[in-house]
Amino acid sequence: MEQNLLWGYRRPDGRVGIRNHVLILPTIVCATQAAKNVTELVQGTVSFIHQHGCAQVGVDYDQTFRTYVGMGTNPNVYGVIVMGLGCETHQGKSVADEIAKCGKPVELVSIQDHGGTLAATAEASKIAAQMVQDASALVKEPFDMSELIVATECGGSDACSGLSANPAVGYVSDRVVDRGGTAILAETTELIGAEHLLADRAVNDRVAQKVYQVIEAMESRAIHMGVDIRTGNPSPGNRKGGLTTLEEKSLGAAAKAGTRPLQELIDYAERPSEKGLVWMDTPGHDIEQLTGMVAGGAQIVLFTSGRGTPTGSPIAPVIKIATNTSMFEKMRENMDVNAGTIIEGTENLESVGERILNEIERTANGKLTKSEILKQHDFGIWRIGPTF
Amino acid sequence: MSTYFRNVMMQPNDNVSTALTDIPVNSLVSVRCNQQIMEVTVKDTIEFGHKFAVVCIPEGSDVVKYGEVIGVAVKTIEAGEHVHIHNVDGKRGRGDITHGTESALGI
Repeated sequence: MEQNLLWGYRRPDGRVGIRNHVLILPTIVCATQAAKNVTELVQGTVSFIHQHGCAQVGVDYDQTFRTYVGMGTNPNVYGVIVMGLGCETHQGKSVADEIAKCGKPVELVSIQDHGGTLAATAEASKIAAQMVQDASALVKEPFDMSELIVATECGGSDACSGLSANPAVGYVSDRVVDRGGTAILAETTELIGAEHLLADRAVNDRVAQKVYQVIEAMESRAIHMGVDIRTGNPSPGNRKGGLTTLEEKSLGAAAKAGTRPLQELIDYAERPSEKGLVWMDTPGHDIEQLTGMVAGGAQIVLFTSGRGTPTGSPIAPVIKIATNTSMFEKMRENMDVNAGTIIEGTENLESVGERILNEIERTANGKLTKSEILKQHDFGIWRIGPTF
Repeated sequence: MSTYFRNVMMQPNDNVSTALTDIPVNSLVSVRCNQQIMEVTVKDTIEFGHKFAVVCIPEGSDVVKYGEVIGVAVKTIEAGEHVHIHNVDGKRGRGDITHGTESALGI
């Protein structure tokens, strides 16, 4: 792919989006239905259902707050209408004020202030209608890959994941990094057993140390619970696909990270401060890691799957890459790219990697992914504390 | 006589290979890695994506794939046997085994 073939929307903070959504952001579970009502009334709006936003404290409160703000400030979003109930711990005003710092249009609608669900739906819809029209008047401009944050993820893995789609994504990760862009590796759980390979690629001792720290923290959660982590991961579907242990799954998952140096290790939903290969500390749970990376500013997601999955994000296109041809054929309506040709020996990693790069370009320039077409607007925050 | 059943052994020090097609029980399979070629008779039906041992893996020794340890044999696995959750345990994230106050990483 040549430089400057990507076209996107320049935001007030200088970042570039490849989508132009108006996000209806419910900061509390109680406002999710009203937010959904708005998306049914006003074209060009998106939202998501979730269970968060109340009775959360400490670092768990902070992580949820950071995730909401990250979703609102993601450059794929033109403007945001924050919807709250009024009495929740994650106050809509705090979230709206923080998002507004990036300069994009932000409005707040609270159900209790506006006198109920229907009144709040009407108010938010009126604001949204104007915001959508303003968004539609924006003109795209060219940008290059150095401004792109590409999230990488695998879900519903099988034994082919580490042989076909993940190394092909690793090839893409290297190309993105070589062109000055950023590739996020996540799912700390699924790097247990492969951490030494990534620590060896860390740019300095501090990053290498943090690799071992986040792995130990994740592993010790299972150990302190007194459980074999394998009861949850690899999942029953992973095992049916031939994956025997978490270590085996991890070694396949790590292939997504390509071969470039590991620049930094960031917290969940945190925005990378470095370009290049970055590791975000997330669990292996598909939707929680997807949400973390998109809240961290990723404009596009590469998602490999062996078993097949509909996963998508409300604001970032998710390109889903099948590890094997039989699943690709069976679940064409959910999958965008087939890497199973590597298993059959009809294509190599490089040619599949180049096809994925082409798909990034086409998707950035407007081609819809299967998960966008099917309105698969998944969202889930990694909870790290109890609810009170 | 060896029939062609596609499989992949990733590194020369691996003791398993992954089937890239369903392999019927008692099939004689050629396993290649770098310049090395081995003939293994599979003792179980090996489904697409599943592993079989290319050498005998004694009980308690490491199972190696990608040149890295993926677990431990909980019983002796003969060459050609299906290698999966019935005869391999993970070594990591084992809260069901007492680790005392030390983590499994030893750091």
